[in-house]
Amino acid sequence: MIAADRPLLKIQDLHTRFHTLDGVVNAVDGVDFHVLRGEVLGLVGESGCGKSVTALSILQLLRCPPAEIQGRILFEDEDLLRLSKEDIRKIRGSGISMIFQEPMTSLNPVLKIGEQIAEAVRIHKEMNRRESWQWAVEMLRMVQIPSPGSRSRQYPHKFSGGMRQRAVIAMALSCQPKLILADEPTTALDVTIQAQIMNLMLRLKEEFNTAVVLITHDLGVIAEMADRVVVMYAGKVVEEAPVRELFKDPRHPYTLGLMGSIPVIGRKEKTGRRLHEIPGLVPSPLEKPQGCRFHPRCNKVMDICRVKEPPVVRPSETRRVSCWLEAEDGGRV
Amino acid sequence: MAEKEGYTSGPPKRVTDSQLRRKWAKLKRNKAALFGGVLILLFVIGALLAPVLFKGNPSAPNLMNSLEPPSLKHPLGTDELGRSILGRIIYGSRVSLLIAVGVVSVGVIIGIPLGLVSGYYGGKVDFVIQRITDTLLAFPGFLLALGLVAILGIGLKNTMISIGISMVPIYIRLVRGCVLSVREEVYVEAARAVGTRDVVILLRHILPNVMVPVIVQTSLSMGTAILFAAGLGFLGIGVQPPTPEWGAMLGSARSYLFTAPHVATFPGIAIFLAVLSFNLFGDGLRDALDPRFRI
Repeated sequence: MIAADRPLLKIQDLHTRFHTLDGVVNAVDGVDFHVLRGEVLGLVGESGCGKSVTALSILQLLRCPPAEIQGRILFEDEDLLRLSKEDIRKIRGSGISMIFQEPMTSLNPVLKIGEQIAEAVRIHKEMNRRESWQWAVEMLRMVQIPSPGSRSRQYPHKFSGGMRQRAVIAMALSCQPKLILADEPTTALDVTIQAQIMNLMLRLKEEFNTAVVLITHDLGVIAEMADRVVVMYAGKVVEEAPVRELFKDPRHPYTLGLMGSIPVIGRKEKTGRRLHEIPGLVPSPLEKPQGCRFHPRCNKVMDICRVKEPPVVRPSETRRVSCWLEAEDGGRV
Repeated sequence: MAEKEGYTSGPPKRVTDSQLRRKWAKLKRNKAALFGGVLILLFVIGALLAPVLFKGNPSAPNLMNSLEPPSLKHPLGTDELGRSILGRIIYGSRVSLLIAVGVVSVGVIIGIPLGLVSGYYGGKVDFVIQRITDTLLAFPGFLLALGLVAILGIGLKNTMISIGISMVPIYIRLVRGCVLSVREEVYVEAARAVGTRDVVILLRHILPNVMVPVIVQTSLSMGTAILFAAGLGFLGIGVQPPTPEWGAMLGSARSYLFTAPHVATFPGIAIFLAVLSFNLFGDGLRDALDPRFRI
């Protein structure tokens, strides 16, 4: 394998558990996927399926205990879970960086915007205060904040939601990380601002050749942004495919269900069909169903689904799906 | 995170210049707080200008004029050694102010770091610090200070240290409570996500966000400190004579309560006003700074 093909991030059999008073919660339960250099990987699923916990596990931002992370997280062939606290701290920001969902709360209200970015720069780069401040202003210019010089001297409460998210992106990109974990970066924003932020992220990604793990429940965003998609359900990967193939030919009933839940203007008139919903909720991580975790909500459920976990089937080199419908023997035992 | 003292910590807001002006306006509208503030100001001016306001040595006895009632020469009368009570009260304000500042410094210097560490790291460190805090809080504050004086010995410095230590658990609890809520803020997680060191997170991201309740507590503790110091002085184990100290003045006046009541009355009023001023000002400060009561 040549170096360029080698994935930037490779997650193998990741388990993240939380030890709580009610019992052990398996939030992430044997997840594996990889991210190539410079690509956008979409991580899709409903609330509570383990997307965010996966991202937090990669950067080890969870408090351990109560959390416990197992498996392998290879970043440039280095297992992050084996690194010391100090080494993982050095990777945060310079190797892997994260953008959070809430732009309103992800900036410190008592520090000037420029100060927060400059501080992040100084952690990883040998710069004095003035150089790092100039760098911060430059980053603000890059995320298209008007008059970045004076804006950098303002406090976050003077910024609107969209501008704050730009500032957060500037902070995350300030040390040119190779990978950005974007946890629902546009969910809290207006639709028009969403599009701006997404375009900005795509442009910056090209400019810095950064890989992005885009965590979202919005398949529209995925269709626009992602190269490949990993669909998660109840702490497991149920389907993985290049984005076009996924939308053309979704295999897992859960993916189908997600796609059916996207509103399409004019569909009702054309087909007489109402918006589809997946009945029920993501099961509580404390009491996950036997067999396939999706079976209580699946409209194609078979007997075997209730008893045995489905195998991982690979219809092609770039795809995989975990469902009895796809299995060779069609689920007969 | 409303701890024992009853104020909230979150969501903490930055006090920027324009906000500061607004808070000041709000504080000014609060008449009780304004009254407290003015009293504190008088108290500080009196302490600073004591040699100008009262000529002569307040501790020099003059047995010829002992226990004189208020007159033009001695506006508040004289004590059993013939010393001017006004002069002793003015000079006593220096001691009380010094004690108040000293006590709060001890409380803040020990309490804030322990509270920060306890709240941020949690786990075993938190457990140990909190159990020690529980133990200290199990004693009534004054009794604890009294016990510490018994261990450390009598004197101005030991009075400050003893009362200061008796206030440390309050600061630990207060800061820890605020840290617990601030550390869960997304911006703290975001700071960690770019590789910020723990020390920097604690000092630059968390500490400024917990300062508002600490400032309020500081004002309230000053009043308590003065009261405790007077209590120790009254019992004769605080600041030692001939240094003029309000509590000690009250203590020695006890024997003349019926023959010369003014000797006990005026130091008592001084203590009362000093404690009242810090309490009123602290309450006003809390109302002005606490986001829960923002108009």
